[in-house]
Amino acid sequence: MHELSLCESLLQIMERSAVEQGYSRVKRVWLEIGALAGVEVEAMRFGFDVATRGSLAEGAGLEIIELPGEAWCMACAKKVPVRQRYDECPACGGCQLQVTGGDQMRIKELEVE
Amino acid sequence: MCTVCGCGEGEARIEAHDHHHHHHGDESPGSRLVRIEQDILAKNNEYAAANRRHFSERGIHCLNLVSSPGSGKTALLIRTLNDLKGEFALGVIEGDQQTSLDADRIRETGVPAIQINTGKGCHLDGHRVGHALESLKPERGSLLFIENVGNLVCPAAFDLGEAHKVVILSVTEGEDKPIKYPDMFHAADLMLLNKIDLLPHLDFDRERCIDYARRVNPRIKVIQTSARTGEGMADWYQWLRASRQMALAGHPVLAGEG
Repeated sequence: MHELSLCESLLQIMERSAVEQGYSRVKRVWLEIGALAGVEVEAMRFGFDVATRGSLAEGAGLEIIELPGEAWCMACAKKVPVRQRYDECPACGGCQLQVTGGDQMRIKELEVE
Repeated sequence: MCTVCGCGEGEARIEAHDHHHHHHGDESPGSRLVRIEQDILAKNNEYAAANRRHFSERGIHCLNLVSSPGSGKTALLIRTLNDLKGEFALGVIEGDQQTSLDADRIRETGVPAIQINTGKGCHLDGHRVGHALESLKPERGSLLFIENVGNLVCPAAFDLGEAHKVVILSVTEGEDKPIKYPDMFHAADLMLLNKIDLLPHLDFDRERCIDYARRVNPRIKVIQTSARTGEGMADWYQWLRASRQMALAGHPVLAGEG
């Protein structure tokens, strides 16, 4: 639901970078989206097309690198994979998990000209 | 002409050097790669940080109230304002998609309030709250409540500069909401389980609901309230006083003022 705002933020970052780095068109965008970031990848693609219309990134390709969720299980004292925040530890079934990765949403890189 | 590896003409302006490039050499002639490595919400986070500085300099304790529509958030807030207005300077920022009905209800308590209409937007952001602060001008040392748009999804991601997110869940909703909307319950420091006066009429399993909330956020505090009968409200006020005192500890002017 907030993917459109995220795409508007993304556009602002690109516009600012275009001034700093001296380019006028974005051809491809690489994003890293974690499984626990609360972002629907399909909604993000849709939002990207809408938000970039008429901008320097109109028609740009959107490459989304999806990263898995990862947590530290205090009971097992090791890293375990998680799909959601409320997952139990796949090894011991406990709930003492601290999410350590997969909650990021980052813009990594652009192909520009 | 990869600006990451600096393998093209001397345009490289990037510090990081990454040779595990997943698409290196893939770009078409005439184009180049620019490394950004920024959180998508970086801009919002800058505005939120500015708000947080504003609050910290003035000793303003800011709470971001989040819930689904219909949790009784506004009624709970109005009772809170009426009960605490003799004790603290108060202020309210109201977020709704449309109308100023809620801000009008708040102003009837005598507490200054400002309405932000988000229009199509489903959440408040740091930028809009910053502008609301310019108009509302909350007092030094005050308690400031931001009533976010009724939505358990989007406001979780947008930092407004608050000290705490407080999530309000009413017992007329499903007890499984904490695991259906885990991001919000994860982001909140306190859950108010509201409308508990209605429990005798419902099949709501309180223990299970609290257990679900702790599963997504082992540190979350839970207070059971009824804004209608007043049950549990004293505990909520005690939490407000304590969290404000913690936040003000060491403040050059306001520490020790209670």
